Amino acid sequence: MDEQKKLLEIKDLKVSFFTPAGEVKAVDGISYSLGYNEVMGIVGESGSGKSVEAYSIIGLLQSPGKVTGGSILFEGENVLDFSEEQMRQFRGDRVSMIFQNPMTCLNPVYTIGNQLVEALMCHDKGYTKEQARARAIEMLELVGINNAEKRIDQYPHEFSGGMRQRAMIAMALICEPKLLIADEPTTALDVTIQAQILELMKELQKKENTSIIFITHNLGVVAEICDRVSVMYAGRIVEQGPVNDIFYKPQHPYTKGLLASTPRLDEEGRERLVPIEGTPIDLLNPPQGCNFGPRCKDCMKICLRQKPPFVQVGEGHISACWLHFKGQAGKEDAT
Amino acid sequence: MSDVLLKIENLRKYFPVKGKLFQKRKYVQAVESVSFQIYRGETLGLVGESGCGKTTLGRTIIRLYEPTSGRILYDGQPIYDSEKKLAVDMLPYRRKMQIIFQDPSASLDPRMTVGEIVGEALDIHKLCASKQERQERINSLLDEVGLNTEHANRFPHEFSGGQQQRVGIARALAVEPEFIVCDEPISALDVSIQSQVVNMLEDLQREKGLTYLFIAHDISVVRHISNRIGVMYLGQLVELAESYELCSHPIHPYTKTLLSAVPLPDPEKSRARQRILLEGDIPSPLDPPSGCRFHTRCPYATERCRSEQPVLKEYGPGHFAACHLLERG
Repeated sequence: MDEQKKLLEIKDLKVSFFTPAGEVKAVDGISYSLGYNEVMGIVGESGSGKSVEAYSIIGLLQSPGKVTGGSILFEGENVLDFSEEQMRQFRGDRVSMIFQNPMTCLNPVYTIGNQLVEALMCHDKGYTKEQARARAIEMLELVGINNAEKRIDQYPHEFSGGMRQRAMIAMALICEPKLLIADEPTTALDVTIQAQILELMKELQKKENTSIIFITHNLGVVAEICDRVSVMYAGRIVEQGPVNDIFYKPQHPYTKGLLASTPRLDEEGRERLVPIEGTPIDLLNPPQGCNFGPRCKDCMKICLRQKPPFVQVGEGHISACWLHFKGQAGKEDAT
Repeated sequence: MSDVLLKIENLRKYFPVKGKLFQKRKYVQAVESVSFQIYRGETLGLVGESGCGKTTLGRTIIRLYEPTSGRILYDGQPIYDSEKKLAVDMLPYRRKMQIIFQDPSASLDPRMTVGEIVGEALDIHKLCASKQERQERINSLLDEVGLNTEHANRFPHEFSGGQQQRVGIARALAVEPEFIVCDEPISALDVSIQSQVVNMLEDLQREKGLTYLFIAHDISVVRHISNRIGVMYLGQLVELAESYELCSHPIHPYTKTLLSAVPLPDPEKSRARQRILLEGDIPSPLDPPSGCRFHTRCPYATERCRSEQPVLKEYGPGHFAACHLLERG
């Protein structure tokens, strides 16, 4: 991981949905950077804005969603300034995405081979049709599809769930993108299939040197595949750091809460789970202070008044919480 | 805990599928010869991948689906026996056996208020003599599951997923049952809400002495809440043991793979361990493999596994498994 050269830099990104009921700030000022050959996990519950953020990188935000501020720098170029044509060239070639449900991404009336070849031809890589087909077969073999020469002429419905997910990964990687965005790629799969796909992604990541943004709500999956983790809550990153720091030295009350409320297969006894009380906030009427404040058991007066800034709590490890200031001069209005 | 509440013997549930003209009618063998017991006051967890028949089994036990064959005894009384052609009227048993469904929004009638949903069971079983008593009962039920009494006049769509599931639980509790089938009660909920519901189910069990059949695909959750765990594969029970024993010393090859596939929220442990990866996918229950149903994916399968079906046998105290490989010791 080269600290100097960044593949992707997101600065103060804001995305809002303009609904009849009012503006929903789905992503409210997030910043992070991703190095070459790095896997970043984005963890959060539904509605935390983790998918919306990823969709804006690849330009797939749909109305009424709109980027309202910030920048997304991909190898120094601002993705938000791209024209539609530039975006089309960028998408699939340099960045690609895999989704939770492969059926929404595969076209049911074309064969798998057709769709793989199309991806190659669109980006004009100088392949002839025969070469493109050969490359497609090679790709299917790479993602572990047996009998690829025969499988390539089959339709998506002839594939099982795990196979479709593999085909989608093949399609995403066929143009050798530098960044792969994986939006809950294993959530719809059974654990044994999930294990297969995770192993495959780890292997491919090493082989192809692709950076990955891995979006999930499953902490176990994050622990397994990610180098760094961003924890999101209600449109904001609350904590970010190397995977070991997040799991062994969590600093933000929300991260701690998530870890304490997850039952573990490797725990010794049957300890009672410690849930996070309350329900996620209504993004139409976000609180004035810290978004997590109303659910936080260590909530102080200042937490309800002002959004907390990021504090460096370790090497490359930041957390946004007023508790880190506790005991410092001028902030002693704790209750 | 030796008091058997529910005894299931050779329970089968087949679903017919439309065959082509002049072809023999085919059946999905969703549950195939499952036998086990549930003790009073325990939580029996049931895990398995999608399509393994765990939900069908749960529903067949309380006869939401009519069994194809087998025997079900509740508290010593047969409620279904295919040999004696016995199928009792379930209404009195519905007071004792209840179910909580996976999708809370789909299992609550959108046109009924929460009060009506919870109160309906009270009316059917004539549990309340007066209107006032009924209202008090509804209020106390809502209170028990952590909702407010004013929620009784609201409709299901006004609630979040976690709250809807609480309504579903209140409805199941309304008739003061002894036994509740929890069919994936938390898989549709957010992580931070899941633990709230799990804790509530545990509290209710302790207060009311409930017996649970807890069905889920997330083994970490099942391991947390259950006393014993049964593992299903393709309609059959392949292993059954006390939950700590099952998770630390699994003996069936399928259970071993299943456990090794569960991601651990611990980066160093999860990266250090060796995974057993299975080849391929689950075969179709329309046309299950001969012999042991797991043999097509089992790394240790022998000739005998292909031809002969293994039966569930006890290999340790209370530790049952169905595998030929174990017999040789």
